[in-house]
Amino acid sequence: MTVHFKQDKPDDSNRLDGMKQGVLGKPLPRVEGMAKVTGTAPYSAEYPITDCAEGVLVTSTITRGKVLSIDKDAVLSMPGVLAVIDDPAMTTRAAQGTADEAPQQEPGTVCYWGQPIALVVAETFEQARDAAKHLGVEYREDPDAPLDPQAVDGEEQEDETVRQGDLEHAMATAAHSVDVAYTTKGHASAAMEPHASIAQWDGDKLTVYASLQMLNYNISELADALGMEEENIRLVSRFVGGGFGSKLGVSEDVVAAAIAAKEVGRPVRVVLSRQQVFQCVMRRSETKQRLRLAADESGKLIGFGHHALVSNLPGETFAEPVLQSSHFLYGGENRDLMLEVARIHRMTAGSVRAPGEAVGMPALEGAMDVLAEKAGIDPVELRLKNIPEEDPEEGLPFSSHKLAECLKQGAEAFGWDSGPRSPRHTCEGEWWVGTGMASAARVHNIAEATARVTLKADGSAVVETDMTDIGTGTYTILAQLAGEMLGLDPAQVLVELGDTKHPRGPGSGGSWGAASIGSAVYIACKAIREELGQRLGVDEAELELKDGKAASGENLVSLLDGNDLSREGHYEPGDIKDDFTASGFGAFFAQVRVNRFTGETRVDRMLGAFGFGRVLNHKTARSQCLGGITWSIGVALTEALEFDPRDGHLVNCDLAEYHVPVHRDVPDLEVVLVEERDPAASPIQAKGIGELGMCGGAAAIANAIYNACGARIFDYPMTPDRVLAAMPD
Amino acid sequence: MSDTISVNGKQHSLPSDPRTSLLDFLRHDLGLTGTKKGCDHGQCGACTVIINGIRINSCLTLAAMHDGDEVTTIEGLGTPENPSVLQKAFLEHDGFQCGYCTPGQICSATAMLQEIANNWPSDASESLEGEMAATGEEIRERMSGNLCRCGAYANIVAAISEVAEESA
Repeated sequence: MTVHFKQDKPDDSNRLDGMKQGVLGKPLPRVEGMAKVTGTAPYSAEYPITDCAEGVLVTSTITRGKVLSIDKDAVLSMPGVLAVIDDPAMTTRAAQGTADEAPQQEPGTVCYWGQPIALVVAETFEQARDAAKHLGVEYREDPDAPLDPQAVDGEEQEDETVRQGDLEHAMATAAHSVDVAYTTKGHASAAMEPHASIAQWDGDKLTVYASLQMLNYNISELADALGMEEENIRLVSRFVGGGFGSKLGVSEDVVAAAIAAKEVGRPVRVVLSRQQVFQCVMRRSETKQRLRLAADESGKLIGFGHHALVSNLPGETFAEPVLQSSHFLYGGENRDLMLEVARIHRMTAGSVRAPGEAVGMPALEGAMDVLAEKAGIDPVELRLKNIPEEDPEEGLPFSSHKLAECLKQGAEAFGWDSGPRSPRHTCEGEWWVGTGMASAARVHNIAEATARVTLKADGSAVVETDMTDIGTGTYTILAQLAGEMLGLDPAQVLVELGDTKHPRGPGSGGSWGAASIGSAVYIACKAIREELGQRLGVDEAELELKDGKAASGENLVSLLDGNDLSREGHYEPGDIKDDFTASGFGAFFAQVRVNRFTGETRVDRMLGAFGFGRVLNHKTARSQCLGGITWSIGVALTEALEFDPRDGHLVNCDLAEYHVPVHRDVPDLEVVLVEERDPAASPIQAKGIGELGMCGGAAAIANAIYNACGARIFDYPMTPDRVLAAMPD
Repeated sequence: MSDTISVNGKQHSLPSDPRTSLLDFLRHDLGLTGTKKGCDHGQCGACTVIINGIRINSCLTLAAMHDGDEVTTIEGLGTPENPSVLQKAFLEHDGFQCGYCTPGQICSATAMLQEIANNWPSDASESLEGEMAATGEEIRERMSGNLCRCGAYANIVAAISEVAEESA
């Protein structure tokens, strides 16, 4: 039985607060944690499938053109080689998040350097790898593909454009104005687990073990690519070794493995090499941004301008949504916002953790620091002054708004000095020491979701959905949520995820997972409670369940009388999506030291205070924040994709040359959870936290660099050469 | 030549293909998939195992080079029923999220604490000689070959520090 709930109105009943088990929000260790720390959790390439052949992708060494011929015979005669596959149904890009249809196919048509063009299958990995390296390919190159995003005309994304009032006039007449240009480099998700698939056919039924974030969309993407019905496909992703956007859409390994397994008549495993993960899945677009801020004498904004140029391949719908939070974070009645996309032949641009805010917020919050200095106002105070009462463009109310509390609590916990600020106030040996801060904002997304909850006759419970846990804590929070609602120790709740044989979840992406799937589980549990209440003659709202018993003393096992009780919860966001502007908010504070001779920046300490609705597990939520702050350090200081200007290929395509933060780059971090209930966010009053922790954090570091050494830098990442060049004598 | 390798106390024949890395031998031939492949180039540390007491990136060495060696993988450090102290500490401190780098972090940390106990210096040490201590900075420096993209570093250091303090 399915219970459908479409949410048109805020829910401030806060029913979860009235439950008696007392486990929701508690900092429980992850329920799947023991499997992870002992190496017994199976990731997609690790299922023990017998007679599995090994496939290795071959990728293009031209930028744009056609594959004229592939010398298959030479390779087929090599030891162990079973097949060379260049089927037109193979996909040449990963699908964009929520695409719901196949991405670009036809591997014979090349659109970027590094695009998959064939798959070599052999008995062993070593044989397949060797054969793939020896595969002869003849191309016809279509020369002069545009590669430089600034050398082509950008396409305006009209739904992002906002023109209100007269920004030019506001800038000309304002007491204080800032007009600055920023650049950010491209980023890679660089999840630790490379994309990997094992495909296995049983007649016309296909099972693929794959590393994917959104099975509910991936199944239709795969079905579309193969021309199959979804009911003949099963996708399994029980453990996903990180995604960060790169596994939102079905990737090239999935389709290639499925086609190859059919062709060779046995299971096939395809694991992307680390270089392939970098070069043929997703990049975050580089950006060029212009920020214009006009403020009156008191520092209150009267004008706000944000233009951004990003890039993508021809035909891709995704445009890095740089302006996403700029639309509502600060007031200013004269507004001018515009996003443009340059069509170039670098690899596909798509979602990388916190698409939009991850690069838009560091620019905006850097510009705010410049304004604070010009206006002679403390940076925290400047932000407090400019929090709008309602969405400054749409006129909508905010669902909830914790920016002011985060700024204040964060400043206090950090020990923020609100006195006059000027650079180079502290020198310790070779190091200038300074502090900086920034606001955090990340739009709240929520999606349709279903989950089945079964109260078993033995008094335990099972939660089933094809939702994934990509390290976010889904297994654990759903056990806590069901435990809270049904009066069970979470250890009594088995959570089954990552398998399309279960009801469709929302997928993990856009920080919407917890609130969306949590709401579906909440609805299913509520329906079970209603049934239990009827049997006990108690209204559901009055029903108290704890430790497997009702308040009346009756225990669940006897109430179930030998039968399971199962309900499917179906959550659908309705008018709440349109009636409110909803976002998570926060504040970052950082102390850095900058070497006066080498320009090296080290982060001494960093703090983030975040408000994102109900906290479902304090341990896993804090970990998400820690992860976001860590990414902020990478954005600020080290992460940059570098492309060859001659052919557009990604040069630094591995973990030695693309610098993600390592242990020694990350100091002790502090997280302040500013808990709240957001009634318009979801029926469980929760918002997402997977991305908020990196939305603006890089600016806190950039602003601290300026405060430390006087180098005001407008290009991320702030590598030593850039710091030295900007450092005053 | 014995042509055998000891993995978690069990003897195994070395693979016939000389190109097989120790990592692929463990994961594929022996089915010990707790050791992870993150980059296959010695850049991420996910494949860290312990050979004769010393940590090593198993992707950077061929299985055939380990005739007679004793290898310990994450499966040899502890099991769900009987986890090691570091495994328990990682769980308690949430020293992971997706879990993919975790076996490498734990193998690395296990051997790293022994390196400190043996007074091996690091870049973070004030002196090349004398007694070494498992300070936060020492742990961060010595663990920097083990990447964690989820960004669990702060919790990993807390977990390792706790174990170091308890055993000090």
